Amino acid sequence: MPPFRPFVIALVAMSVNTDQVRHIAKLARIAMSDEELDRLVPELNNILGWVEQLAEVDTDGIEPLTAVIDLKQRLRDDVVTDGDIQSDILANAPGAQHGFFAVPKVIE
Amino acid sequence: MVVTDYRITGDTGEWEVVVGLEVHAQVTSDAKLFSGAATEFGAEPNTQVSLVDAAMPGMLPVPNRECIRQAVRTGMAIGAKINAWSRFDRKNYFYADLPQGYQISQLYHPIVGEGEIEILLDDKDENSGKMIGVERIHVEQDAGKLMHDQHPTMSYVDLNRCGVALMEIVSKPDMRSPAEAGAYVRKLRAILRYVGSCDGNMEEGSMRADVNVSVRKPGGELGTRTETKNVNSVRFVMAVIEGEAKRQVELIESGGAVAQETRLYDPDKNVTRSLRSKEDAHDYRYFPDPDLLPLELDDAFLEDCRASLPELPDAKRKRFEALGMSPYNAAVLTAEVETARWFDQLLDAGADPQQAANWVVAELFGALNRLGRSIADSPVTPAAAAALLALVADGTISGTISKKVFEIMLEHGGSPAEIVQREGLKQTSDPGEIDARIDEIFAANADKVDQYKAGKEALFGFFVGQVMKAMAGKANPQMVNERLKAKLS
Amino acid sequence: MSELTSKTIAELRDGFDSGDFSAREIAEDFNAAVAGARALNAFTVETPDDALACADAADQARGKDKLGALAGIPLGIKDLFATKGVDSTAGSHILKGFKPPYESTVTANLRRAGAGMLGKLNMDEFAMGSSNETSHYGPVNSPWRRAGSNVALTPGGSSGGSAAAVAAGIVPGATGTDTGGSIRQPAAFTGICGIKPTYGRCSRWGVIAFASSLDQAGPMAKSIRDCAILLEAMAGFDPKDSTSLDLPVPKWEAGLSSDLKGKRVGIPKEYRIDEVPGEINALWDQGIEWLHDAGAEPIEISLPHTKYALPTYYIIAPAEASSNLARYDGVRYGLREIGVKSLDDMYGATRAAGFGEEVKRRIMIGTYVLSAGFYDAYFTKAQKVRALIKQDFRKAFEQCDIILTPTAPSAAFGLGETTDPLAMYLNDVFAVPASLAGLPAMSVPGGLDSNGLPLGLHLIGNECDEQGVLNAGLAIEDRAGFTARPEKWW
Ligand SMILES: [Mg+2]
Ligand SMILES: [Zn+2]
Repeated sequence: MPPFRPFVIALVAMSVNTDQVRHIAKLARIAMSDEELDRLVPELNNILGWVEQLAEVDTDGIEPLTAVIDLKQRLRDDVVTDGDIQSDILANAPGAQHGFFAVPKVIE
Repeated sequence: MVVTDYRITGDTGEWEVVVGLEVHAQVTSDAKLFSGAATEFGAEPNTQVSLVDAAMPGMLPVPNRECIRQAVRTGMAIGAKINAWSRFDRKNYFYADLPQGYQISQLYHPIVGEGEIEILLDDKDENSGKMIGVERIHVEQDAGKLMHDQHPTMSYVDLNRCGVALMEIVSKPDMRSPAEAGAYVRKLRAILRYVGSCDGNMEEGSMRADVNVSVRKPGGELGTRTETKNVNSVRFVMAVIEGEAKRQVELIESGGAVAQETRLYDPDKNVTRSLRSKEDAHDYRYFPDPDLLPLELDDAFLEDCRASLPELPDAKRKRFEALGMSPYNAAVLTAEVETARWFDQLLDAGADPQQAANWVVAELFGALNRLGRSIADSPVTPAAAAALLALVADGTISGTISKKVFEIMLEHGGSPAEIVQREGLKQTSDPGEIDARIDEIFAANADKVDQYKAGKEALFGFFVGQVMKAMAGKANPQMVNERLKAKLS
Repeated sequence: MSELTSKTIAELRDGFDSGDFSAREIAEDFNAAVAGARALNAFTVETPDDALACADAADQARGKDKLGALAGIPLGIKDLFATKGVDSTAGSHILKGFKPPYESTVTANLRRAGAGMLGKLNMDEFAMGSSNETSHYGPVNSPWRRAGSNVALTPGGSSGGSAAAVAAGIVPGATGTDTGGSIRQPAAFTGICGIKPTYGRCSRWGVIAFASSLDQAGPMAKSIRDCAILLEAMAGFDPKDSTSLDLPVPKWEAGLSSDLKGKRVGIPKEYRIDEVPGEINALWDQGIEWLHDAGAEPIEISLPHTKYALPTYYIIAPAEASSNLARYDGVRYGLREIGVKSLDDMYGATRAAGFGEEVKRRIMIGTYVLSAGFYDAYFTKAQKVRALIKQDFRKAFEQCDIILTPTAPSAAFGLGETTDPLAMYLNDVFAVPASLAGLPAMSVPGGLDSNGLPLGLHLIGNECDEQGVLNAGLAIEDRAGFTARPEKWW
């Protein structure tokens, strides 16, 4: 077991460039200026480089852990117990008209 | 297995079309997949929405047992592998009809695995069957509805449909013509309606198909496919395949290449167009939903699903054929679950299968058509129909008279026996009375009797007609024949 | 600090029960303390009327009806909990003005027990931070100061408002949430107790989600007993949360005992880090002594995958967050910025204006590690390492009953002192492994460092063994005799 050195940051193996970061921002629907993108590139690379130390862990034959408690999924009965709360549903909406949420026109 | 010869003929020769369908079927349930809101169609906007459906901060999903049950029963109905261990994943994308910013679906571990559905390419021929593979069935959330025509600059969002359970039934690319795809959708719809897991109402959108189409030289390498989304009628599915195949062939032959893309069908113009707006920068980033645990189904649950399955279309059709019905009648009588149920009740009431099948297909369907009614609200019950058929079978009335009785039943109801009594429609088989009528007719037509005896045998029909007329159609036809023959010889 | 505001919840409860003072007196004193401590910036919303109304109800009920476990006790509620009709913003601009038409299960449980609400407590935006500096409402000032200095210090995060308010004695107790140390690290920085129960003990329904597979609510208070009292009221099975533990809530307060005879305390050798200040390792050794003195047998254990816990956490938590935070799109609630033309523009503009730097950073990382081509290399890999980390603990608890470590690698630092995101993440190096394994863990004050700042000791228990954690905490509390309170400067 190598000594525990959390403050040592692994060298960047996979690194992202501005275009990739722009694509990620688009996927995440966060508008970003070129300045912001340029600032993020080294930050993300620093973090990604650091997390890539996981590559050295031998995980052959290990099942990915998705649920931390081993319980079975409970199932609900098919009964209508909710709804009829239009005013609550719309109460916080920045744009609501005639019982609908209103958003800028979507062109399909 | 049948090889269909559907081909597109281009400048470079013949092309084969390859079709796969992803059918989204709304699960029949009272409440939504992950919330307690109602699923009914056509309510006031956003009145059937829970805090969960609206993706309020901190809201969590809990699955509805009935939706899981219906998906499993559907899988069993197509002989599919049921996965007792499955899991929900998040499909991440932004759209105004998707409040969570992700759809809870099943990518990595669907609840139902491979199965197959047999389609008949020719109703009249039970050997025209073809097996269409089903890749998988998974359970997922439906999205809300967007309305674009209510406001000049705004779109309106109604979340009533948001979170209703869907089964996505993914076929293998096994279909080779619009006809096969049409038959597949009709058959799938029939199975869902038999099972009761979906009402199959395509007009209300409770069944929609994503149509995947590609073309290739017969037997050659698979071509690039396009996916036309949310096609909501059998006719449109077939139209999309026809149009898309032609478009692709022309595109390729004019030196272009088919782009793997999502397309939208416009029924008014009967064309599909590319849906780039939804297409660009798509990366769904599926991952297991951390708000939900793996779904483990125990044997008792699976047994209950299996035990609750009804007799399915194929089994029923084969049973009907075994009862001596024509393949055509058997196919027609099992195509719709209501028809099949009505007909089974008719048989239970003691009707003779063949006689009943012919009568339903010829008489009942015709009448319902005229009245514009479905068999579910037929004015004549299976019991009454059985009684009518029995009167014909035991010779109380003739086939001709039965039509008259049926008309009265359709209009005023009542039991056929009473009607026959009241209207005095009972058939006469009394030789004395028949002989007396014959003698009167011979006396009135002595010349014709002579001509007949001189060899003009064509006149026999004339005598039969006269006797029946004289007896208002109530004479037993065989007996009239016998007596005439005897007296004329 | 008035006489009442200096009392523990247990003391307030018993004094109210026996009629030494009224619930209204309690509420009025704490309302006054809250109003007098705005310099701490611990609250995003103050709700004095709520506290008074609940107090009056408690006074009405006393002597007549059976009193709830928290009758007459007003609490501070972290802004991550949805509270009906009261702004619930998770410290974010994107939830500007959001008034939930619903009450989180945990706060509803507290109300059913008779507790009132003094207000909503400031926090790192969406619980993403370890210093409270990512809050849209500005950082919380710790009531603590280094000896002979007036440099503003962090109370830690993300439950920084909760920690500062308890430490300053302006609330008797508070709710916190802990995804990767957000209860324990601020508790350590401010010299109070805080416990994160087993994942699933407290319902997540109505708690604004950060990372669903890690988020757990828990109490923060002056004493171990107070934590037991509060956790008993907060916890419980909730059919509305699929990951809720369907188990009865143990009587943790009644079960409190500092006698650890026959218990074995695991000391993970991998937690000995050269970079960690000597004072902290010294306190750790002192803690081992205290537990030994309480009858427990210290043994060395190994958690070989510990060193991978932080990087694992910083893949899984951002990945889940990037999806959980997709709902903040300006359509149904909160901030909306109208974009140039399209719906996508509105999303982009709203989320650009609504999210702060750290939240954007984590959404970006989470989006990247889930994206096509990187999913297996990052996310699946992290899930496998997480399985190994859980396995480490499973093996460890075959040898020991409880694990003792330091809570944080340092004492509280100055606001603005730590600018490198990675250095900030390393604050949770000791806290994160228990989060990844879903285990109950708590921080209990151990002593002060050379600057007079509190340091915490960290106890990790086996699944569902909150009692073991609380009891070991009590053993330390008894022996540490930690009574230090910050000098009032606000
Ligand atoms: Mg599809
Ligand atoms: Zn789908």
